[in-house]
Amino acid sequence: MTKALAVYRKELRQISRDRRTLTTIIFVPAFFLLLYGYALNWDIRHITLAVQDRDGTPESRALVAAFVNSGYFDRVADVYAPAELNRLLDVDIARAALVIPEGFGRDITTGPAPQVQLLVNGDNANTATTVMGYAANIARGAGAALAPSDGMTAPLVSVEPRIWYNPELRSTLFLVPGLIAYILMITAVISTALSIVREKESGTMEQVRMAPIDTFSFIVGKSIPYFLISLASAALIILAAMALFGLPMRGNWLALFAAMSLFIAGALGTGLLISTAAETQQVAFQAAMLTSFLPTLMLSGFIFPISSMPHALQLITHVVPARYFLIALRGIVLKGTPLRLLWPQMLALSIYTLAMLTLASVRLAREKR
Amino acid sequence: MQRLRRLVWKEFLELRQDPRLFGLVIMAPIIQLTMLGYAATTDVKDVPIVVADGDRTPASRNLIARFDGSRTFTVIDTVTTVTEVDRFLQTGEAWIALAIPSGYGRSVQDGQPVSLQVVADGSDSNSTTVALGYATSLVGEYAAALTADLRAARPQAAPAAAPGIDFRIRVWFNSQLESRFFMIPGVIALLLLIVTANLAAMAIVREKELGTLEQLNVTPLRRWELIVGKLLPYGLIGLIDVLLVTALAVFWFEVPFRGSFTLLLATSLLYVMCTLSLGLFISTVSDTQQQAMMTATFFFLTPMIYLSGFIFPIENMPRAIQYVTYLIPLRYFLVIVRGIFLKGIGLDLLWPQAAALGAWGAVMLLLAVARSRKRIA
Repeated sequence: MTKALAVYRKELRQISRDRRTLTTIIFVPAFFLLLYGYALNWDIRHITLAVQDRDGTPESRALVAAFVNSGYFDRVADVYAPAELNRLLDVDIARAALVIPEGFGRDITTGPAPQVQLLVNGDNANTATTVMGYAANIARGAGAALAPSDGMTAPLVSVEPRIWYNPELRSTLFLVPGLIAYILMITAVISTALSIVREKESGTMEQVRMAPIDTFSFIVGKSIPYFLISLASAALIILAAMALFGLPMRGNWLALFAAMSLFIAGALGTGLLISTAAETQQVAFQAAMLTSFLPTLMLSGFIFPISSMPHALQLITHVVPARYFLIALRGIVLKGTPLRLLWPQMLALSIYTLAMLTLASVRLAREKR
Repeated sequence: MQRLRRLVWKEFLELRQDPRLFGLVIMAPIIQLTMLGYAATTDVKDVPIVVADGDRTPASRNLIARFDGSRTFTVIDTVTTVTEVDRFLQTGEAWIALAIPSGYGRSVQDGQPVSLQVVADGSDSNSTTVALGYATSLVGEYAAALTADLRAARPQAAPAAAPGIDFRIRVWFNSQLESRFFMIPGVIALLLLIVTANLAAMAIVREKELGTLEQLNVTPLRRWELIVGKLLPYGLIGLIDVLLVTALAVFWFEVPFRGSFTLLLATSLLYVMCTLSLGLFISTVSDTQQQAMMTATFFFLTPMIYLSGFIFPIENMPRAIQYVTYLIPLRYFLVIVRGIFLKGIGLDLLWPQAAALGAWGAVMLLLAVARSRKRIA
């Protein structure tokens, strides 16, 4: 244990001396948190709308007002010719265009139902889908308000939606837990891998090998500083997100700590494993990017829903540890899920951690010989 | 010109000796494309839904079958009481719970309005919004069909249809709303940035590390020859990647290509000038390859990727940050690439973006050259 402590102290000293890495470790979480907290979201507001009102009656103006007053649409242009509409959509001045036909005001009271057209720029499918949803709702509401009220009845079956856990549907709350997984991957995998490979590159690994330190003490001493740094940065992100963005903490802190520790331990194991395979820091960095970084970003459900992926890819996501970690993290933080419901995720994380640490120590022990 | 050719040749020889580079240049585009083409979909499909069927009549089962049969939803389980759905939502096994009240079948038969409760897990705000929209319209269609059936059977029992607006939505440029069509053209822009900026920076820093840059400095090469000679090979690699990705996008992923290929190549060239200048600039602020890699990845590439509108739309960002995005060349090139691919628009509409790229590249090049004069010559 004293040997492990010695390695630990040496590592800490080395970390505190390497300015740029230290800045990176501190800068990256802060940067990402602000980025996801303030800049990046899918909460679609202020959709630019061009209006072609060929009717010009109080009724048609009421329909346009319904769009603008909803808060989702900003009226950016009034058009009189269809060619003008094309240009506005082509150069992205307007994302949607509302075309109200002549006779709208008359037809809405006497029937037949007037045909109103909405043109949507579909290049970003996601935004377009949301825009369509908003628009259809507004049109339905406006149609009901404008049409003569007699004979109106509620539809036979209707939906009464209720949204749990994130009732304002703010994407920040969804992205911050994912961000934690992402940052832990950066700090834990990359810094561990680089720290060992650096010793290899500078030749000090030979000295460590000669010193009377067993593999176990070496691994423990090497990884504890990074474990603590990672845990601290995760805790900081959560606390900052709670203070700045109103992230709720509905679950148990202890459960959160357990899930994070397991995940970090696994990530450190991955870093160690990479370090045994890589000879240069460049290779280590690339390997970390490909095996940990990209999958955590793309295949964990961090940003893109797993259920929408093709089946082959969905199978691959089962070996991405961040997938399990994210379910656990979002469950604990946003939903207050008790740990006993999360046992499949915790089990998967334990298997991952155990496998990584075992593989890494076996390879390290072989290397030492 | 002779000297320049020699230098480019030397650079290619060095590239060939680096086997990892092959991986980076050929494999990285393929991996990125596969990931972004298949995984990076914000489409909402197969949303897991749990049903609390308090009615258990043919009518309620009919409704459940409608949900299960749609592309958007997959019914993962049917329970009998509403309290049982909590577990599914808490563990994330289901995103949406649909509660059918008891007596639903009878009410529907009698033409009495019923309301269904839908509980959605809002933690994934984006998918939830979309899925709720689908659920509402699915139930709406179902209700309309029921009403029509009912009216056919017993005209007096059916509620009269309300007159309203016949609202037609037409989607332009990507009518099937495939998010792939939006993502894949963006990959070209992303890849060029990653490959060319990174490789150029590392190639120069490597010479610094090895001390061979000093040797190059004492050769009769002129400064611009040295810079052009070092950067040109990576520009060529970048263009090869453009061809590779465009071919894959069009023939494998079937992304529509509506614009001019020449324009794509020409603007890519302009953009590569920007990314190479960026690489040169990074090389002047780094002493080791490690530093160059870290600086490029964390301080330049990542912010650029996130703030360019590649995944997250710029129009959703706060105003202050929207101004920041004007400093990112990737932003302009994304508009160009997507415009050429999806909208088929030409230089008459895209010239502001092209001009911005040219200006950015020129400024960055001047900056990098000015710095490198101080540092190495």
